[in-house]
Amino acid sequence: MKRAFPILATFTALALVYASYQALRVAPTDALQGDVYRIIYYHVPSAWTAFLLFFINFIASVHYLVDSNRSASRVAKWMVLAIGIGGCVVAYVTPLPNGMRPSVAATTALAITAVYFVIGKYFSGDRLDMLAVTTAEVGVVFCTIVLVTGPIWARPVWGIWWAPGDIRLTSTLVLWLIYVSYLVLRRFSNSAQTQVLAATVAVFGALDVPLVYFSIWFFRTQHPQPVIGGGGSMDPRMLHVLLISWMAFLCFAFLVCWLRYRFETMRREVEEAQVLESLLGDDRGPSAETGNPKVALNRSGQ
Amino acid sequence: MNSSMKFLYAAYAATWTIHLLYIGSLVRRYRRLKQDLRELKKK
Repeated sequence: MKRAFPILATFTALALVYASYQALRVAPTDALQGDVYRIIYYHVPSAWTAFLLFFINFIASVHYLVDSNRSASRVAKWMVLAIGIGGCVVAYVTPLPNGMRPSVAATTALAITAVYFVIGKYFSGDRLDMLAVTTAEVGVVFCTIVLVTGPIWARPVWGIWWAPGDIRLTSTLVLWLIYVSYLVLRRFSNSAQTQVLAATVAVFGALDVPLVYFSIWFFRTQHPQPVIGGGGSMDPRMLHVLLISWMAFLCFAFLVCWLRYRFETMRREVEEAQVLESLLGDDRGPSAETGNPKVALNRSGQ
Repeated sequence: MNSSMKFLYAAYAATWTIHLLYIGSLVRRYRRLKQDLRELKKK
């Protein structure tokens, strides 16, 4: 694994450089917006990456909550299977909102099922919690980029930085606030139930993700229609560059998550060592001032 | 410079500034943790 990291880092750096070159030089200029539309190549991939990370956070949190109870775990598995199969059937049988393609809805339903079982296979116990905090933190970073680049793009195109009351913009801001609250809860709570509380917040917080995504279908909004799976249309050359940018951003997100996950693993090892040390009655060292090993650890930066 | 290009470069600069700040904070926390670990090993 140690050898894989520099290889992936090099590949990611090359992919980001290539994606930036494609976005700034190769992609055609938009007839209406001019070159400023090229912000899309950072704004949209960041949004998709943030949604994906929050989705993984949601799945990891559900697993964390239900895996300790065998019957709850079984019910969750059947529910997820029902979402996958039912979602596929419903997508093709019932009429969908204007612009939404059945294939996209069916793929989303199947993806939920697949991700649930993949995470359940490779993560368990505390590792699920570590995955949840990792994806939430990196997701907040990408969501911050969406909230910063959005207004920078809106100013020359809409003539305003922010459209107050716009459902897409407001729900994205609320999503960001929910996950910042989640991280603040984890950072400052010393309760033994912090992980369970955080997982519960994550499950409810994730409900905002579909609201953000589908808001442009169901509500009148200033925000344009989605470029994939929706009613919006895009030049194939622009779409190609957009997908290259997203792949590069996904590699980068994976790399950062990997670093954050390793940091979290190490942090918990140090925490365990500090607890052990305090139990053995040694009152010297980083925990000596407070007598609480977790407080000492929080100083070292959770 | 075209005024719309200013917005484009501002968005790209903001994106990478946010990423670099986050990676910087991760490295800083990692260093502190390493220091804590060294102190624990000394005992």
